[in-house]
Amino acid sequence: MGFTQAIGGTRFSFPDLRCLLARATPPRSGDVLAGLAAASAQERVAAQRALADLPLAHFLAEAVIPHEADAVTRLIQDRHDRAAFAPIAHLTVGGFRDWLLSEAADAAALAALRPGLMPEMVAAVSKIMRLQDLVAVAAKCRVVTRFRNTLGLPGRLSIRLQPNDPVDDPRGVAAAVLDGLLLGAGDAVIGVNPATDNVETVMRLLDLLDTVRERYAIPTQTCVLSHVTTTMLAIERGAPVDLVFQSIGGTEAANRSFGVTLPLLAEAREAALALGRGTLGDNLMYFETGQGSALSAEAHHGVDQQTIEARAYAVARGFAPLLVNPVVGFIGPEYLFDGKQITRAGLEDHFCGKLLGLPMGVDVCYTNHAEADQDDMDALLTLLGVAGVTYIMGVPGADDVMLAYQSTSFHDGLYLRAALGRRPAPEFEAWMQRMGIERASGEGRLPAGLAPALLGLG
Amino acid sequence: MPEPVPWAALRRFTAARVGLGRAGHGLPTTAHLDFQEAHALARDAVHSALDVPRLAADLAPLGLPVLSVASQVADRRDYLLRPDLGRRLRPADQARLAAPPAPGTFLLVVADGLSASAVQAGAAALLGHAVPLLRGAGLALAPLVIAEQARVALGDEIGEALGAAMVAVLIGERPGLSATDSLGIYLTLGPRRGRVDAERNCISNIRPGGLAPEAAAAKLLWLAGAALRLGATGVALKDEQPAVPLLAP
Repeated sequence: MGFTQAIGGTRFSFPDLRCLLARATPPRSGDVLAGLAAASAQERVAAQRALADLPLAHFLAEAVIPHEADAVTRLIQDRHDRAAFAPIAHLTVGGFRDWLLSEAADAAALAALRPGLMPEMVAAVSKIMRLQDLVAVAAKCRVVTRFRNTLGLPGRLSIRLQPNDPVDDPRGVAAAVLDGLLLGAGDAVIGVNPATDNVETVMRLLDLLDTVRERYAIPTQTCVLSHVTTTMLAIERGAPVDLVFQSIGGTEAANRSFGVTLPLLAEAREAALALGRGTLGDNLMYFETGQGSALSAEAHHGVDQQTIEARAYAVARGFAPLLVNPVVGFIGPEYLFDGKQITRAGLEDHFCGKLLGLPMGVDVCYTNHAEADQDDMDALLTLLGVAGVTYIMGVPGADDVMLAYQSTSFHDGLYLRAALGRRPAPEFEAWMQRMGIERASGEGRLPAGLAPALLGLG
Repeated sequence: MPEPVPWAALRRFTAARVGLGRAGHGLPTTAHLDFQEAHALARDAVHSALDVPRLAADLAPLGLPVLSVASQVADRRDYLLRPDLGRRLRPADQARLAAPPAPGTFLLVVADGLSASAVQAGAAALLGHAVPLLRGAGLALAPLVIAEQARVALGDEIGEALGAAMVAVLIGERPGLSATDSLGIYLTLGPRRGRVDAERNCISNIRPGGLAPEAAAAKLLWLAGAALRLGATGVALKDEQPAVPLLAP
């Protein structure tokens, strides 16, 4: 079945839902590269009007990737809860937008709706929303997760401490961890991207991070962001694994390109749960995503990159994660060209993830070949803060010396908390006060409780 | 009570931007401007253009014929947006390269990639080490090709047009804040259009302070020999070159 829409005397037609969603997407380079974008501003708004008139119930009848061809589609369709969907079953996409913005859509109503939402419905409504709509609705969503502390409470902003080192030098990692702790980062997780996926190296880093956490008695969790199979091997060999990390995508083929399947993720989660390391809760999966990864892996099935990204969140929500974030500006300008595209994508991703019930953070970031700079990051960071982002990254001086890209700095986290009156996770905040961290960093010294010697930094 | 440890003491353990202090919740002015300077250098490197005549002159002492080609990309913006066009030769160059072919040769392509300034500064020194080693190993070398607005895979089409047995593409890597002058080498056996990245071997981070050019040249020779013995490049070819000191001074 196709869709048609007249705009300014021109009749536009869209052969299927997949095409309609792609043409309705606000401009971004990845959809142009894939040959999916609207050819003109008129065609885009025609698609947006046709999409606004589409009943939400249509999404139950037409999949963007066929059920038989894709395990992610099967996950989405087979787990769809019609009872939860009932309150909005009569709405069009446009009517859904109006309802989301209304006072009726409060935190409780939005939470009850989650099992009834398919990611494609959420992606569709985001395509006819402005930035302020994406901010306003996301800010109403409440998603709380727990492992050794509590993330996502109202009035809180958490930070992943990302102490990457180009050669996995334990001293470099330890120094960056101390720097981050001194600047209030680390309540979301202390999480290192290893430079190699070598299991011995990964286990050494896991031991180091666990030592840091124990010596300083930090109420947080640690993670080495290795491939899920490497983490499973580390668990088998007795390494102290808190969280299981994996990059995921919104199609079965995209996940295959990451070397994972849904059963493999379930197996990894079971292995980590069996360690029983969470003290407050058992949310222990950490997923990274990003628009464009499916196109990059030639695994997009002709679906636009933002819809595919929302489908990745349907994968994530099957595993009760502690943390989920897109690495929004990392993939490069052929997918998100400039600060404007990165900003919109970051807010779309946060909105879609929150609406689907995920503890969404965002890696606010860019590479040196994107048309973006620190001012763009400040704008996106501030918008996400207003939108109630669960966590952001913290990298020394915003410069990741291993991954060679720019993310948010520890200072950026301090700025956002101060500007918006947000505080760290409660358990971590109490720990910071006990350690006298704020005063020490103001005086340019490490507090006695954070002695570098405890980590072998003499 | 032990003496308090100054925050800045962390700096000696890492090249990361630690121990910067804070001005309120923000970066102190010096640290802020240090960052802006590094970003400006990286941005200018991305948008730098190759001076082909000067590069050809720098490469002349190698004693190889030098050809110059370009991809189908129109300008730098197009290069960033259309990686597919950066992998295709201009039609005029397709025809020109084929006559005369250089069948069975080892082809070296010097490509601007994401940092023409890195190529301008470092390619001649790197090839100054690599070409004598490759010749000494008895490899017949194709004419040297300089490629503008090029992605790695452009080497496949150039190699196919020349009938080369193997291609090594020297290319400017994406500039980071700490290094804007880094070169990479991608080695592909049996170059032809449609080769994928899993069929290549990569030597990266070739720069002052990174992998030294003589070490990179030695690794290229080792990989080329191993590729010929194995009949493949890419994931099947593991880098098992005996360890040598690799850091440039």
